[in-house]
Amino acid sequence: MNVDSPAYTLAFATVVCVVCALFVSGTSVLLADRQEINQLLYLRKNVLVAAGVIEPGARLSNEQAMALFEQRIEPRLIDLGSGDYVSDMDVIGYRQREARGDPDRSRPIADNPAGVRRTPHLAKVYLVEDQDSFSQVVIPIEGLGLYGTMYGFLALERDTRTITGIAFYENRETPGLGAELTNPLWMARWPGRLAYDEQWQPAIALVKGQVGPPAENPYEVDALSGATITSNSVTELLHFWLSDQGFAPYLEKARTRGAF
Amino acid sequence: MAWFSKREWRAMADPVFDNNPIMLQMLGICSALAVTTKMDKALVLGISVIAVAGLASLTVSLIRKYTPHSIRIIVQLAIISSLVIVVDQVLKAYLYEISLELSVFVGLIITNCLILGRTEGFAMQNPPWISFIDGIGNGLGYAVLLLMVGFVRELLGSGRVFGYPVFAAVNDGGWYVPAGMFLLAPAAFFIIAAIIWALRVWKPEQQEKD
Amino acid sequence: MLEHYLNLAIKAMFVENMVLVFFLGMCSILAVSRKVETAFGLGIAVVFVETLTVPLNNLLLNYLLVEGALNWLHPGFTDVDLTFLSFIVYISTIAASVQIVEMVLDRYFPALHMSLGVFLPLIAVNCAILGGSLFMGERNYNFAESMVFGFGAGVGFLLAIVGLAAIRERMAYSNPPAGLRGLGITFVTVGLMSIGFMMFSGIQL
Repeated sequence: MNVDSPAYTLAFATVVCVVCALFVSGTSVLLADRQEINQLLYLRKNVLVAAGVIEPGARLSNEQAMALFEQRIEPRLIDLGSGDYVSDMDVIGYRQREARGDPDRSRPIADNPAGVRRTPHLAKVYLVEDQDSFSQVVIPIEGLGLYGTMYGFLALERDTRTITGIAFYENRETPGLGAELTNPLWMARWPGRLAYDEQWQPAIALVKGQVGPPAENPYEVDALSGATITSNSVTELLHFWLSDQGFAPYLEKARTRGAF
Repeated sequence: MAWFSKREWRAMADPVFDNNPIMLQMLGICSALAVTTKMDKALVLGISVIAVAGLASLTVSLIRKYTPHSIRIIVQLAIISSLVIVVDQVLKAYLYEISLELSVFVGLIITNCLILGRTEGFAMQNPPWISFIDGIGNGLGYAVLLLMVGFVRELLGSGRVFGYPVFAAVNDGGWYVPAGMFLLAPAAFFIIAAIIWALRVWKPEQQEKD
Repeated sequence: MLEHYLNLAIKAMFVENMVLVFFLGMCSILAVSRKVETAFGLGIAVVFVETLTVPLNNLLLNYLLVEGALNWLHPGFTDVDLTFLSFIVYISTIAASVQIVEMVLDRYFPALHMSLGVFLPLIAVNCAILGGSLFMGERNYNFAESMVFGFGAGVGFLLAIVGLAAIRERMAYSNPPAGLRGLGITFVTVGLMSIGFMMFSGIQL
């Protein structure tokens, strides 16, 4: 057998391709379900953390986390522009990130300091149930940090002003500096601060230096030490999503209604 | 080691100490440094590289007599990429949060010169079992270095080892002011330089004569 | 709009320099940085291949691999998600383009081929090239962006390797401790360059 003949080479290449393809697709198909559950679970855990239902870094089994989410959280779709609920669509299956990248389902946004380029027409919010009524809303936030887009959740009380928690679930910031935005101690400084000022303008900001308890400095949170750019980005992205381009119309309607 | 013959043992241990692929041949540092800010990331990537290096060498060696010379590199690349994809899928299924942090660096194992270097340089000429051990050994040498760099960076940079606080850092309410410098890119280069220096003082035969 | 692309290019060249910030392409950087001339040759080849492969992979990703991408073929393929194949597609594109570039250069620009030729095979396994495509996929760049990003990342590599080679040429006259000679002192140099490039972080136009 001549190993270097063109026909043999071609045949060999084909066999290698087919075997590799089968091998790779096989594993991918085999593991696809698990991966999807992981992804879903990861997001859900972070919603629970932002809402203060579980502690950051809490070790929950998958079943526990799923059960807790089903029990306490109700996802809803809203129209970002008008701020109204949209009820005739599948909430669970709606993928916001995908919609944001689709020209038919999103709108371009003019240059802004938060680095948001498009917003989806529809956004997913999570209502937190407490004794038969909705006590909090968790809104998705995202914006450009130092090295890439940061994704997270912000939880607000029924007055739509008091922050109950924040959780960033994806960031590319410097470990130990910017990436400290996932540090539980830093996250614990958020509850009780106010997102909007008296005129309902976004007011919450990260500032350098010692910041007192919420009663003293309601609109300020300690900046991440050594990470000026990440800190500024967090301020900018919060202002963006709390503005009219973000969730302000929705929050205003919920406020005047007196309920979510 | 009764399970291994002396030659097999050498094939495994050699690359770790005497002939470390990173230290001597400058192979495979591409993806090494960016993941060493935390030891758990370094460990996961290290194990992934060991697995891919071992299995790739084994497979390449198994089919070495049937591989046409003209397409051997691309065949090796195809085998390595398939293995890397599988590793990536497994990580996403079982260690989701770490796989998010590793991001593109799992994919970059494909171009880790260390692996292609061993398949092309060793497995193409040698029988499967010894090639497998050679791959594992070289992966091990790589993983050990990753963990060494990761240990220094995580300990001094954030006061933790494998995420557990050793020095209670100020951010966590303790006394240790983390040397954030160690988490930044340049520190990784300096640490590698220091390790190379130490190794070459210990084993002078590895020193370079201009 | 132009500003956006300029910003992206500057970012890829300086702020997110493949070599000095993400450590990609280190193997070839260390191996081919003894002389400025050869370093420049490799750098140019990387710029070339990166500008070619990143947009090419972008097309493949968006029209073949992502979920719903195969719609143009048959509406029944909407749910097919082939992104798990991206690694193998990227590396094949890179290997194939390197081959094609080499053949084209050999046929039409023999002089250029003579000077770049030795580096081209090296490039197929250069992490900076594959890294460019992987970052493109992860950051969801569109076609135009991926072209700008590929070019910027290539230029970033060129800057780093030529800079390092220039320093190493001078360093031949210095006298470091025996254990640091060669590889060790080169790592220290790269580290210092990396500190220099950190000054760019956060720059936005």
